[in-house]
Amino acid sequence: MPKRCAIVGSGNIGSDLMYKMLRSDVLDLVAVVGIDPESDGLARAREAGLEAPHTGPDWILENAHDIDMIFDATSAYVHVRYYKKYAEAGITAIDLTPAARGPKVIPPVNLYDHLDAPNINMVTCGGQATTPMVYAIRRAIETLPYAEMVSTVSSKSAGPGTRQNIDEFTKTTSTALREIGGAEHSKAIIVLNPAEPPILMRNTVFAGLPEGSDHSAVLDSIHEMAAEVSKYVPGYRLKNPPVIEEGPFFTPGGEVPHRAVVLLEVEGAGDYLPTYAGNLDIMTAAAMRVGEAVAHAQEEVPV
Amino acid sequence: MSASTDQASVDYRLIDSTLRDGSHAISHQYDADQVIAIVRGLDAAGVQVIEIAHGDGLGGSSFNYGFSKVDEKELIARACDEAKNSTIACLLLPGIGLADDLKDVRELGVGMARIATHCTEADISEQHIKTAKELGMETIGFMMMAHMNSPEGLVEQALLMQSYGADAIYIADSAGAMTTEDVRRRVNALVEALEVPVGVHAHNNLSMAVANSIAAYEEGASNLDGTSAGLGAGAGNCPTEILAAVSNKYGISTGVDALKLMDVAEEVVRPMMPRQQVIDRAGLILGYAGVYGSFLLHAQRAAERYNVSQAEILLELGRRQVVGGQEDMIIDVALELARKHAEKEGK
Repeated sequence: MPKRCAIVGSGNIGSDLMYKMLRSDVLDLVAVVGIDPESDGLARAREAGLEAPHTGPDWILENAHDIDMIFDATSAYVHVRYYKKYAEAGITAIDLTPAARGPKVIPPVNLYDHLDAPNINMVTCGGQATTPMVYAIRRAIETLPYAEMVSTVSSKSAGPGTRQNIDEFTKTTSTALREIGGAEHSKAIIVLNPAEPPILMRNTVFAGLPEGSDHSAVLDSIHEMAAEVSKYVPGYRLKNPPVIEEGPFFTPGGEVPHRAVVLLEVEGAGDYLPTYAGNLDIMTAAAMRVGEAVAHAQEEVPV
Repeated sequence: MSASTDQASVDYRLIDSTLRDGSHAISHQYDADQVIAIVRGLDAAGVQVIEIAHGDGLGGSSFNYGFSKVDEKELIARACDEAKNSTIACLLLPGIGLADDLKDVRELGVGMARIATHCTEADISEQHIKTAKELGMETIGFMMMAHMNSPEGLVEQALLMQSYGADAIYIADSAGAMTTEDVRRRVNALVEALEVPVGVHAHNNLSMAVANSIAAYEEGASNLDGTSAGLGAGAGNCPTEILAAVSNKYGISTGVDALKLMDVAEEVVRPMMPRQQVIDRAGLILGYAGVYGSFLLHAQRAAERYNVSQAEILLELGRRQVVGGQEDMIIDVALELARKHAEKEGK
């Protein structure tokens, strides 16, 4: 039986996710919840034949008997206020804010590790784009002393949530590079670019390679991972072939003789925002993948 | 440690960024002895504010921007200890540094925070401006690459920073791309529209830094930036010793001792410079194409690594409208140029 789902938040992410979920056989979208009755997002939801209440997350709690799973596309601040209430009401929450209350999931790395968790955090768009590569490098060598990511998104695709909470983005992303990617030390950077026409989302991963690393194994692993991610984010690609540059580099994880540089581009599927907004697309595509996996897992558990 | 006491008696306040913007030119390799010598010299010359951090601001130490030789917070602590009259300032770019960094440096004795964003993205500074204000620091909103926005556009952005609580607003000619007329129109619009003082941070890629700074003063800017011997990103900053000398000639009161600044530049800073700040082809192209000044040395290294032209890299970055912080795109462009050259040779 399809899971009855609601999206909380009717902004860019919520709308993009709505169009993806309307195509799902596993996730049955019943409502998009907002706070402004006049919002474009709620109007789009009504057009799609969905319930579109403007009473915010409280609507979910009032209708908990009817909802199996929510996708939170509000802000870290709102998610922190409600995440316990969702859990108490027996609703699985897939959190697209950087609140980071539940375990973090990056589908090609740890999709199946937390399917029974009441709350799953989707990290950040930059985290979804770069953590797989950090993990790919890590699995090809013994230890990864330091990894770094730089995410550049077009100004038009960075909503007020991202802009007001930019530290949450970098902190949550950096943590994911260590906890899920396997780096010992990490740093995350985000840059907004106002160029017209808007640029596609760009992500660069730098990884410090210790003495004795097998460089061809690192490069092979990067290519394999790019193929893996592009299965659920079709616009995800290596902009240039990955390169290994010679140092030495004095990283926070110690001196390394080489670094790997992975230059990524993410073109969005254009479900709601234009294709430049790959940052939204990778987030909503990853959340869909997690939601569907959770739904399958819940079906398999005998009640 | 208060600059405001001096401010009443001077026509503009000088903010020295040798230990922050200058850090680009030495690839972030300052050590404690150098910091102490520079702070001592600037403080004795009467410089009101001394800015120190990684060149890309607090938290800038990274693969992308270059790792600091010595932890910036250790250097900041030494600067705070050494300064007798000067206020110590830090710069932070939201997206690179964290509000938590501001808390750390406040405890070390830093009195001023400059929160820098690209000139169209002021709304990412709210969290950090408010944090700096809550910590009791004088807080300046700093809009980079100001040549990429119109006077009206800059006013709109500056009003945002002012509404978050900024005590002053700066425009930075980070690419050294502005003519004197460009500076006048922007400063004039800001002075007219804002309640808080205005400042200008000039670069010398078009050999306009001192002239543009004086023009900014004439239009009402009351804060000016510079670095000793012009040490800084691109072809360098507005050299403070020259700015002070020119100001004296104009009869503009600065509160700093021009001769002492000349001594600092000649005896302390020049000996530690790996290269003098000249306007060579690459430096000029930065200003001509409007490219972020700190890309200069990164582009030089990428050009050598991939055997392509530094000038071609910089021109392509200009065409792509790359902004400050996107140093990773230098590698991207170098790889693409190398591939194009290889394809041509193959034919």
